[in-house]
Amino acid sequence: MIIEVRKLVKRFGAKPVLRGLDFSVNEGEFVALVGPNGAGKTTFLRVLASLARPTLGNVSIAGFQLPSQASSVRRNLGVVSHLPLLYGDLTAQENLQFYGKMYCVPELHQRIKDVLDLVGLATRRNDLVRTFSRGMQQRLAIGRAVLHDPVVLLFDEPYTGLDQEACDMLDQILRDVAGRGRTVVMTSHDLGRVQDLASRFDVLTHGIIAASTTPTGLGHGNLLDFYRQALAG
Amino acid sequence: MKSQSPTLKILTALSVLLFLAALVMVFFFTPLEETMNYVQKVFYFHISNAWVGMLGFMVAAVAGIAYLVSHNRKWDNLEMAAIEISLVFFMIAIMLGSIWARPVWNTWWTWDPRLTTAAIVELIYLACLLLRQGIDDPDRRARFSAVYTLVGSLSVPITFLSIRLFRTIHPVVIGNGSANSQGSFAMSSPMLATMLFCLFTFSVIFVTLLWHRVRLENLMVKVEDRQMEIL
Amino acid sequence: MRVSTNIPTLPAKISEPSRLSVFVKTILAVVWKDLLTEMRSRELLSAMLVFALLVILIFNFSLELDLPTRRAVTSGVLWVTFAFAGTLGLNRSMAIEKDRGCLDGLLLAPVDRSAIYFGKTISNLAFMLIVETIILPVYSLLYNTNLFNPGLIAVTILGSIGYVAVGTLLASMAVQTRTRDILLPILLFPVAIPVLLASVKASEGLLQGLASTEIMPWVNLLLVYDVIFIAVAFMTFDSVVEE
Repeated sequence: MIIEVRKLVKRFGAKPVLRGLDFSVNEGEFVALVGPNGAGKTTFLRVLASLARPTLGNVSIAGFQLPSQASSVRRNLGVVSHLPLLYGDLTAQENLQFYGKMYCVPELHQRIKDVLDLVGLATRRNDLVRTFSRGMQQRLAIGRAVLHDPVVLLFDEPYTGLDQEACDMLDQILRDVAGRGRTVVMTSHDLGRVQDLASRFDVLTHGIIAASTTPTGLGHGNLLDFYRQALAG
Repeated sequence: MKSQSPTLKILTALSVLLFLAALVMVFFFTPLEETMNYVQKVFYFHISNAWVGMLGFMVAAVAGIAYLVSHNRKWDNLEMAAIEISLVFFMIAIMLGSIWARPVWNTWWTWDPRLTTAAIVELIYLACLLLRQGIDDPDRRARFSAVYTLVGSLSVPITFLSIRLFRTIHPVVIGNGSANSQGSFAMSSPMLATMLFCLFTFSVIFVTLLWHRVRLENLMVKVEDRQMEIL
Repeated sequence: MRVSTNIPTLPAKISEPSRLSVFVKTILAVVWKDLLTEMRSRELLSAMLVFALLVILIFNFSLELDLPTRRAVTSGVLWVTFAFAGTLGLNRSMAIEKDRGCLDGLLLAPVDRSAIYFGKTISNLAFMLIVETIILPVYSLLYNTNLFNPGLIAVTILGSIGYVAVGTLLASMAVQTRTRDILLPILLFPVAIPVLLASVKASEGLLQGLASTEIMPWVNLLLVYDVIFIAVAFMTFDSVVEE
């Protein structure tokens, strides 16, 4: 199991957001995490990304424990959130160079070239990120996340604010990444899109995983119906 | 609602009694000092308040470190209570010092090491409280406050030592009795006894107030928790 | 749009680079990034410089800077200027990270978080030194005071290091509060007093040509302060940036 979470509790002051959540993912799975607003999806992803410290419980990723081995966990993670995490005054190339240096990516120059080709930004490599549209920034952010070829990718609502073209491109990249055996955990509101991509659907509500199913389990059924049922139950 | 523990009630009563006793000692038991007369009596309370102020700062610093290590909210409550109370005690100490200074040194304020350090400590307390006010998340508030208190408690002794490289006119009653300091006086034994008694009294008052404040904070947290549950 | 999906996978077991080299590389990367960003936007340096010049100008009007007074107050005026300009730079430097969520990007680096502290501190120090390098000659010219004293430069550097070491830590806190802009000076000045005092006194001693026995205690104080606070900041930075 590449991700293992047991009895995860996360509290902000007295307010519990995650209440004893259990979650495990095998290598190569593509898990779509769905749930209503405020259910704790973003908080959960932040805990997995080591950006938030668990209040109680065990979290291990790629064999490393959080929070004690956090920097080793981070080496194996690529994160895309709804903020681009990019520096507007640097070019696309420079942004990737910066992150590449921090991750000690080998043959950085060639790698950056390949990544820019992957996300379709090769022609804009020397343009300041400030001048990019939202869709382009998100694409570059994905490039940043895959730069060091991490085994686990975390996406938090990556489709937010993207136009159709960018959405299609993101789909393609996700399929490619998943196709190469990388593990993906993605939160999304777009159930239709997610139904085509993921190998597993988990519903997060009231701070725990309330229900889980796979495309086989759904059969001819609709993810939306399953989701509504899980929330009602 | 959990009522005050019996120890706390006793402590509160004791504080009041000790304080009254201290007043009696200061006004009737100690002799009048030759040059300064009644003004000198301010001295007992000034030193006691200053002592408590510093004690509070140390308690706050230790509580802060304890929080950073354990992430237990109790330490944060203790730290905040210590800072609030010390703020007030130190303020009183400064004001009493000023009242004494006016007839003795003919000035309300001087920039000598102790006074300047006192002013800086007050500013650090206020800064810490302002910092806490600007943060909503309790855990973050506790962490930041602990770090700042730690930074402050390291900086203040260095500040004091560095300002001491200057000459001082602050009376050095205990310690280095340099001929440069004016306004110091020899302490006779009733004075010394009263002084120690006042120090003890104010320490007890400090602990009592600290306890009350921490208890108050715990009750407030309980109320908030209940509110959360209902909402 | 055609997108190539033939991105080669990196070899499965890249030998993990040593922790020290990752640490140093991250620091250098952060410094490079900050300097590059500043060269493009010039928002930090221009603000700090203009502000510093204004402060010096205001001092001219508010203090009688005739020759004897000037000798006495030069170091004080200079350090007040540096302190205020420094606060501007510190605030802005952390705000840039916070506002676009870039701080998260830094926090995702596979390295001990104190590397980020050191990186930011070195960049902040660089900016402060650049401003000082410009202000010192300007002051010399405007007030006809010779400030080209190697001792003075050394003291300025030591003092700036101490100021920025504490300032970066406190700025990281201040930027996460609601009252961010006004909070940093309130937090920083009381605890930076030893640095400011020692720098002023040492500078004064150097300018007035005092014996080194009068100056060295202040320099020692600066060194002690720098060491203590770099250590404290480095140890507590993680608690300040995590959630």
